[in-house]
Amino acid sequence: MTQDRIPRPSPHTVPRKSATFDDYTLSEIRRAAATGIYDIRGGGAKRKVPHFDDLLFLGASVSRYPLEGYRERCGTDVVLGSRFASKPIDLKIPITIAGMSFGSLSAQAKEALGRGASAMGTSTTTGDGGMTAEERGHSTKLVYQYLPSRYGMNPDDLRKADAIEIVIGQGAKPGGGGMLLGQKISPRVAAMRTLPEGIDQRSACRHPDWTGPDDLEIKILELREITDWEKPIYVKVGAARPYYDIALAVKAGADVVVLDGMQGGTAATQEVFIENVGIPTLAAIRPAVKALQDLGMHRKVQLIISGGIRNGADVAKCLALGADAVAIGTAALVALGDNDPAYADDYAELGTVPGAYDDWHEGNDPAGITTQRPELAARLDPERAGRRLANYLSVMALEAQTIARACGKSHVHNLEPEDLVALSIEAAAMAGVPLAGTDWIPGRGPF
Amino acid sequence: MTAQDLTIDLASTTLRQLNQALHRLAPDTNQRYWRVLNPRGGHALAAGLDAPVKVEIDGHVGYYCAGMNKLATVIVNGNAGVGVAENMMSGLVHVRGDASQAAGATAHGGMLVIDGNASARCGISMKGIDIVVKGSIGHMSAFMGQAGTLTVLGDAGEALGDSLYEARLFVRGSVASLGADCVEKEMRDEHRAELGARLEAAGLAGTVDVAEFRRYGSARQLYNFHIDNVY
Ligand SMILES: Cc1cc2nc3c(=O)[nH]c(=O)nc-3n(C[C@H](O)[C@H](O)[C@H](O)COP(=O)(O)O)c2cc1C
Repeated sequence: MTQDRIPRPSPHTVPRKSATFDDYTLSEIRRAAATGIYDIRGGGAKRKVPHFDDLLFLGASVSRYPLEGYRERCGTDVVLGSRFASKPIDLKIPITIAGMSFGSLSAQAKEALGRGASAMGTSTTTGDGGMTAEERGHSTKLVYQYLPSRYGMNPDDLRKADAIEIVIGQGAKPGGGGMLLGQKISPRVAAMRTLPEGIDQRSACRHPDWTGPDDLEIKILELREITDWEKPIYVKVGAARPYYDIALAVKAGADVVVLDGMQGGTAATQEVFIENVGIPTLAAIRPAVKALQDLGMHRKVQLIISGGIRNGADVAKCLALGADAVAIGTAALVALGDNDPAYADDYAELGTVPGAYDDWHEGNDPAGITTQRPELAARLDPERAGRRLANYLSVMALEAQTIARACGKSHVHNLEPEDLVALSIEAAAMAGVPLAGTDWIPGRGPF
Repeated sequence: MTAQDLTIDLASTTLRQLNQALHRLAPDTNQRYWRVLNPRGGHALAAGLDAPVKVEIDGHVGYYCAGMNKLATVIVNGNAGVGVAENMMSGLVHVRGDASQAAGATAHGGMLVIDGNASARCGISMKGIDIVVKGSIGHMSAFMGQAGTLTVLGDAGEALGDSLYEARLFVRGSVASLGADCVEKEMRDEHRAELGARLEAAGLAGTVDVAEFRRYGSARQLYNFHIDNVY
């Protein structure tokens, strides 16, 4: 006798989402379909790319002699701009604050950056929008950016600056200009930039009065003449073709080159630009150093690296790969209070969560940093925020020293590629250091 | 060089010496008139001045002559290279010959007078300067011009006033084409008065009829992002 079959649902697979069309991608397609405009946001590339986490230091052992932590000296100072400037900049730590404009940031945030950096004997930098009294007043060393827009550019501020940084590009958007949407063009920002209030401001992506490296050389000459050859002149480029860009900047007469990788933050740019143009910071350093070495200019023209630097290990890795200093933007803002979980409720109202808030262009920052709204900006206490930044910079410097001592170096600049290995083939190839446990540097020799 | 001898011959003096001497001048200096010989197309001549002195350069100059000028009067008895009077704040720069590209670029104030023609991008990103060109100007002039006036007695090249903000443009001759968001605007009395004042400041009072000029300015359609404005 056959038993009656009990009906059962036929087996299903679990719901499976596409790796290609993931939730974020789907939401972006829907957003684009609904609005007809590309997504604009702040911050740097969020995709995962080979980074400093993919490198490790070897440390000292039988064949290398370490230095005693705390007791034995490990220097962190750096001089920037010694090539031509009669007044180079002397920094106590090799970590500088990157250029971020007043306009993108509140005056309180600019002041806090100045306070924190000055407390640690390092420099801060103006941005696309001119120099404010707050940042000049609270920064013992201030680098004045010279950008395509030339907003607020004037010879008095040029003479007040400690260095001049000619901005050719940013890692977040090599080939793109600045962007500040109307919500942040307050009366003060508008006046400094000679623009009507409340308009969407798109800065030029090319300098108005020079094109190419031969002209740049003459532009540098002019800036040196105007400032009587006193100030170091930096040239900042986004990481695109670092070997050639750095070589041309050196040829044009730069004292210092700043190289910003694709993870580098921005105040506001199209998402598609941030995520798809430019190369990772890790991939940019060795070609840049090679350009300097090929020209006999390594350590004569200083190299500042930025883009995704978060801690003393990142600093130490940059220096080991050949940089003279680093610059930080995003991490400095986080130290001030950006994306702090303390504002979780405010972030929820903005439809986001702490750690993911990146609509900096809208000017509604609950932490009072990327805003021009007085009631929000007043939430940031510049003194307190400045102290937090100083603490953070101090920790980074201590961490870099810890690693340098472990590698037996009496100065963080004595770190070298030989101290490093890579955890992945990609990182090994990009950084030009061997894959851990092997002596294989992909692209440089046989396996 | 002594206090009495204010003629600088660049055949025997360096650019650095010239600019250094000019930068050292106090606002109340008695050394108010300087003559520069043999400029030979040198760059950055008389750049960064900050005193009410007059510098007359006999010959052609290279890039960025009188760059970032404040207060001074700089006269070029010749042609000027790229970026003459770039980022000027105040004062007067007068080129008796022709000027190359980007004349008066990004300048915030003062007056630039060019007796001849000016090449491409004249007044690019201008931020308050008054420019008067007695001849014609090249393409993309007043690109992204933010403030100030550009007055042209001759013709204007292609894409005049592209992406213009609030700079005001007056052209007597023909305009090859207008750039994005630049439109011809009505010439009312206040504009005729403004133009007349600029012409007078450039020493042209009574020699040119303001009625012959047309006015161009921003249509202000690009001020806020809108998808239909994408070119
Ligand atoms: C809010 C903000 C504003 C910025 N503004 C400018 C600017 O005005 N000029 C500029 O050259 N770079 C600007 N940057 C880029 C920084 O100078 C720097 O290259 C970048 O932040 C470094 O990467 P990091 O953010 O990962 O540290 C800005 C970055 C941020 C986060």
